[in-house]
Parts: sequence; structure tokens; C-alpha cells
Amino acid sequence: MASSVTTPPRSGLFRDGFDLGRLLLEGRAFFALIVIIVVFSFLSPYYFSVSNFLIMSSHVAIYGILAIGMLLVILNGGIDLSVGSTLGLAGVVAGFLMQGVTLNALGVVLYPPIWVVVLLVCALGALVGMINGILIARFKVPAFVATLGVMYVARGFALLMTNGLTYNNLGGKAELGNTGFDWLGFNRLAGIPIGVVVLVVLALIISLVLNRSAFGRWLYSTGGNERAAELSGVPVKKVQVAVYMLSGICAAIAGLILSSQLTSAGPTAGTSYELTAIAAVVIGGAALTGGRGNIRGTLLGAFVIGFLSDGLVIIGISSYWQTVFTGAVIVLAVLLNAVQYRRRVKKTTETDGPSASLQPTGKGQTADATHGKIAS
Amino acid sequence: MKPLPQTPPASSDAVLSARNIAKSYGNVHALKGVNFDIHRGKVTTLFGENGAGKSTLMKILSGVVPPTSGDIVLDGDVVQFSSASDARDCGISIIHQELSLAPNLSVRDNIFMGREIRTATGVDFAEEARQARALMADLEEDIDPMTLVEDLRLGQQQIVEIARALSVDSRILIMDEPTSALSATEVEVLFKVIRDLTSRGVSIVYISHHLEEALQITDYAVVLRDGAMTANAEAKDIDLEWIVRNMVGENFDLGSPPTGYAFGQTALSIEDVSVTDASGSGYSVVDRLSLDVKAGEIVCIYGLMGAGRTELLEAVAGRMPLSGGRVIVEGDDVTRLSISQRIDRGLVLVPEDRQRDGLVQTMSVGQNLSLASIASFTKRMLMSRSGEQAVVNDAIRKIHIKTDGGRAAIGSLSGGNQQKVVIGKMLATNPRVILLDEPSRGIDIGAKAEVFRLLSERAAKGLAVVFSTSEVAECLSIAHRIIVMRRGKISAQFGADVSKEEIMAASGEAVHV
Repeated sequence: MASSVTTPPRSGLFRDGFDLGRLLLEGRAFFALIVIIVVFSFLSPYYFSVSNFLIMSSHVAIYGILAIGMLLVILNGGIDLSVGSTLGLAGVVAGFLMQGVTLNALGVVLYPPIWVVVLLVCALGALVGMINGILIARFKVPAFVATLGVMYVARGFALLMTNGLTYNNLGGKAELGNTGFDWLGFNRLAGIPIGVVVLVVLALIISLVLNRSAFGRWLYSTGGNERAAELSGVPVKKVQVAVYMLSGICAAIAGLILSSQLTSAGPTAGTSYELTAIAAVVIGGAALTGGRGNIRGTLLGAFVIGFLSDGLVIIGISSYWQTVFTGAVIVLAVLLNAVQYRRRVKKTTETDGPSASLQPTGKGQTADATHGKIAS
Repeated sequence: MKPLPQTPPASSDAVLSARNIAKSYGNVHALKGVNFDIHRGKVTTLFGENGAGKSTLMKILSGVVPPTSGDIVLDGDVVQFSSASDARDCGISIIHQELSLAPNLSVRDNIFMGREIRTATGVDFAEEARQARALMADLEEDIDPMTLVEDLRLGQQQIVEIARALSVDSRILIMDEPTSALSATEVEVLFKVIRDLTSRGVSIVYISHHLEEALQITDYAVVLRDGAMTANAEAKDIDLEWIVRNMVGENFDLGSPPTGYAFGQTALSIEDVSVTDASGSGYSVVDRLSLDVKAGEIVCIYGLMGAGRTELLEAVAGRMPLSGGRVIVEGDDVTRLSISQRIDRGLVLVPEDRQRDGLVQTMSVGQNLSLASIASFTKRMLMSRSGEQAVVNDAIRKIHIKTDGGRAAIGSLSGGNQQKVVIGKMLATNPRVILLDEPSRGIDIGAKAEVFRLLSERAAKGLAVVFSTSEVAECLSIAHRIIVMRRGKISAQFGADVSKEEIMAASGEAVHV
């Protein structure tokens, strides 16, 4: 009798045979991107060209970098609403550093070189992320609330630093040795905008981290089942703090690239970008409950959003309609996620069911199980 | 071991009958063609061990889950329930094993949840309260209908659950473990209520693990084993021994303590460990308990619900804070260390609830198996694929998990194999001491025997094993030493030659009728 219970499942690559619906469902972000490209190429003669793709890609880079950080947080089962504000704050701080830091005590004005600016801004992003992470991991503040608060605080600081104004002079001066900020936003490496190069490099690194490092496995396991991960010796709190720090760093990098692209650093930059980043991750098939998702999907998600909104601009559709379309795509993506995970959950619970339903789930019942069973 | 699908004598007084009911979850067969009758105005009791299929069968009869095949016959007509409320409309209601109350609402609101008494202007709360009060009076329970359910103790919550089922005028009432949290007096009252119901023609299906208690109220007994009905009889023709014999079937050998080697040094030393109740009541669930376990020794901890077994094991593993005492592994004090540091020192825990604490459902079998020993195949920040595969293959081979190479979804495994994955995961860290909290919970007898065999093999190689159980039969299998816990303390220690009765007496298990 036991054998019937423990028969191995006939699983594998072709468990259900070839299933077109399933293929479309699982590769939906990819197919959506192709559909977007094909449709807009028909609608506009300017859309399908290398130069346009590169321009659109440099727009995508901002969302993409934010989305990579967001993916880490979402894999952990959390959410980071502060990235848009962190992006804005990072830009403002970079602008502030470019104007020179006056040290009154010493009577000097410091003009840090660009690489120092970049490092300091990334450190700032990490700090904001660490605050999020500590609030969430140590003080058990729900991620939504903690990052919502930090979102306001970071935005407030950005506004305070400039009094609501924008830094327009980011070029630096040759004699001060702090030129080169525009490199991030305007230069190209082998014809590819630096922002896109940064996106690709980040994606490769994070992909390696997720798939091949112990940290990646820890992240997937804490997102999938934190209690089980903890009992398996995974440092769940450290992982949690680390993902928010990485998300903050990604936001800071995006902030640097954006202000370089715009040649100005405004305190309101990046408002509501966190939502776009979340949307990209969701379109990419990640589960908001944690544990499922990957870089490939997230990048596709970012490209779907970017190519769609730029396409709508190119064919001259009103920006109000753009909002409607973007929203519809997001809802559709989440709907399909729900379909996909419900399928998977169904599969899991169908085989999982007996152990769940046959064993008493209440903690109390087991001890009672034998109560009086063999009493004489 | 072929199942015996005896068809009960077709009796005219059957109000509801199951005809060849089968239920499969994937390739796991929870029910294999069950036939049984519920007699009009009588108490039909279902007996069976954990996992025999009782709860699944009741869920099918009450419309909660559909059967894979087979018919439900109500008053001679085949019926199909699409939902629980469908079944309720046919006069069938169920008291579930797990409480299904909303703790933030009052007793009154819980009793009438979803069936509020409406008037033209809203809900007639006064009438609801009056009826709730009357129900509480019937159950001889002094609970004000306006009390919030979360303020009630567990037994009273169970009373509310029962009251809710009674408030629906049902013809058939299914009670799945209604007494697990009730006191003896409350059980007596419940039985009085049941007798009153049956005299009014209500048919009762009763499920309980308290065999003697259940036998008092039973009119017809039905015994399930491994998803099939093994016997049924009228209460006057049977006794406790008959029930146990049919429940357990032929005696399955769970093994004996491994011999032929000497125990090593003390591997685990628990010194005066206390654990305070998590709810903050200040009550010690583990009370200055001390225990030494030698390398190669297998210790079984037996105790009733609430004896503090889980708390003890979780505290030793680092999951719960100690309020006093020390934990020493091979001479090293690990009391202040984190769970992962304790795993590094060779102290691991296999938790009681494998779904909640043991498995990461989003990951594959292999990823689950290797989770606790990632460090062993990580070099220069990167995991070695081949190194991981070696760990996974090794685990699968050593603990006989039936799967194809570890890439399958963890949810595709049977309960027994899932449990082996959790054990294999911790064994892959090469521990010195393994703690297992109810390792046999919810797995079938064959898998149980395999788990015990695995543990005794590892013990013979010097692993110290501590496992807890709530089944006396399991104490008398591979354990060299049996510890009985009662109210957070060790109430007795026995060698392997103890009798079941002695263990149960020491646990405080009431052997009353």
C-alpha cells in the first residue's frame, strides 16, 4: 500500500507534452515585447531603427536598473516604495557635490572628482536601503509601511537640500578636475549608451549572484519560506537588510544616470518611478509573495513598459492615453501571473493535499492522536 | 495487504451513504473506494489512524471537496454537492477539526456568520444574541454572546464552533474531532447534547482519537485504514480491542534499537533549560529540564499535547530563546549562538510542521536538499553546480527519496518523501546531534519505518538522535532511552524494555473511561 503513496511523479521537461497555451503564458513578456515592436513598426516608419532602439533603451535603462533592485526585494517577499525618492535624492546629492562642498571650519571649497561623487552617492543609496532593511528585519515594520515612510523622508530631504530648486550646472570645470559627469548620460561605448551598458553589466552581475552564489539561494529560500530557511541556517535577517541595500544602490545609480541624461538634478526626479519598477518586475513574471522571479523576466518587463510608452509617444498618442495603456498592460500582466501561479499552486496542492489534509494541521491534534488509543 | 472493501449490509435506515468513494491527490490515493452508511438518528463513529482518510471522507460528504469517483446517496438519491453551502442546504453540516472562527468577532457574530438574521432595516442583533444565549445554555457553557472569540480559551472556542453547527437545523451533523480541546465535563455535556439531537432524529457522524470516549457515544462503528474501510459493526458487538486491531492492522515493525556498538562521549548536554511561554504569560513551558545524550544514542521524548516537547527542541536548536539554562554540544556552549552557528557545530533540528518550517515550496527537491549545506559546495563566492549535484545525489541515494534527480517540484513528492527531504537536508550538513520533532507526523507507515531505519543507521555511525513523538508505539521502536515529558519537566525515564502502559501512566494520560 505504501508504494502507491510514494510513486515518483512522472515529471520532467515534457510532463504535459508540448502545450502552446503554456508556452505563451510563460513567455508572455517576451511575446508582448515582440508584439509591441511589430505593431509600432507598422504604425511608424521611425520606430524600427537601430538609433531609435538605442534611444529607447537608454530610457529603459533607468527603469531597468531600478527594477533589478526591486526584483531582489520582491524575491525576498518585500516591496521597496522608496526607490523613486532615493533616485531623486541621489541626483540632488550628486548635483550638490558638483557645486563644491564648502568647509567653513577650514575655509576651503572641496570639488570632489567624479568617481568620488559616484561612490558617495552609491553609499548614500546603500544607507537609505540599510535604514529600510533594519526597520523591516529588526523592528518588524511591514515593508510597505517602512519604505513608504522612507520614501517621504528621502523626498523631503531632496527638496530641503535645494529648497525645491534644480541643479543645472553639472558639467564641472576642467581646472577643478571634476568634469565628466555627462559621460554617464551621453557617452557611448561602441555606439551603445553608457546607461544601457550599466544596465547590462548590472543584470549580468545580479543574474550570476542569483543563480550561482550562496546569497542568491538564500534569497530565493527566504522569499519562498522564511521559517524553513532560518531553520536551515540561512541568515535571513542579513539577507533582508542586504536586498534593501542593493535596491538603494540600484536607485542611486539610476539617479546618477538620469541626472546626467537630463544635465540637471531636480528634487522631484523619479517621482512614481518605484511603481514603474514594480510593474516591470511583475510583468516579468515575479510573484509578489516572494521566491519566484528572475532577471531575464524583469528586463523584459522593463523593455515592455519602455518600448510601449516610447512607441506611443512616437506615433503621437496623447500622454493621457499612454497612462491608460500602461495601466492596462500592468493589470493584464498581474492577471496572467495569477493564472500562472494558480495553475502551479493547483498542481502543488493536488499532490501536496494528502499530507496537508490527512495530517492534523492544528498543533494540538497530534498529541491527542494517541490519547486513549491503546489505553487499557 | 489487500484492502477489504466490505459492503455494509444495505439497511433501510441509512440516511446518507458513501458508494465507492475514491479521492486521489495526484498519484496519492487518500481514499480507495469507501462504502459506508450514516444511520438515521444514530451516532456513526469513524475510527482510524492519522492519515487513514477520515477527514478527507468527511470533507467529501460535506461538500468541501469533490470525490474523484464514487457517489453520495442521500435518502436513496444520488446527489452531487458543489460546495459546502450546497451540502448545508441538504441538511448536512460539519464541525471541522481545525477551528474556523473569526477571532476578531464576537461569539454571536461567529455563530451567525454568513447567515445573519435580517430584517428590513438590517440585522436583528437582539434575536441573534438571544439565540446564541440559548445555544450556550444548551451546551451548559457560561459564555456571553458578546465576548470576542479571541478572548475565549481553546475549549470554549470549540464550544462556539459546535454551537454554530447546532444553530443550523441540520439533519446530519458531522463532528470531526470535536472534543480535542474540551475538558471532561464539557465532553459530558456535549454527549448529552448529541443524545438529545439523535432522539430528535438527527444523524451524527463522529470522529475522535479518544477511542474510549468515542465508544461511549457510538451506535455504529466504521474503521478506516489507509483509505479503505476495514470493518464496520454495531457498537454492542465491539470493544476497544476490536477497534485497535482493525485500525492498526497487522503489526508493522518499526525496528528495534541498534546494537553492537558502544555509545561515545556526551554529544548533547541540556542543562536546566527553561523556556517561557511565547504568549507572555510568564508560564514556563519547559521547566529547568536537563538531559544528556551520547553519540550513537537514540532518545525518544514522549508527551501529551502541551507537555513542552516542541518548545524544548526548538529552544535547543536556537529557534526559541531560553529563559534559563545552557545547551552544550560536544563540550562547546552554544547557548548564545544563532541557528546557523549551531548547525556549524553539528546541532540540527527537523521541525514538526514540514510545510510551514521544513520546505521551501517554491524550490525544487534538489535545492531544498542542498539548502542547509550550501557552504560545502561554494568556492570563491560561487556555488559549484557539480558540487551541488553531488550533495543532492548523495542525499537522494542515502535516504531513498523517490524522485528523478532532484529537479522535480517539491510539491510533487508524497508526504513521506517530503519528510525525507527535510531530514536529508539536515543530514547533509553532517551533524553530530539531530533533533526531530514528530518525524512521523502525517506520513504513512512504510515511510515511517524507513525514516526510523535511516535514523538507526546513522546512530550506529555515531550520530546522537533525539526525536519526539505522541505515539507510544514509536517510543518502543528504535529508541535506546525513552523520556516522558509532562508539564515542561521529565516525569520519567525508561529503557527500551518499558511497556506502553508505564509510558502512558508517566505522561499523565488519563486512562479513565
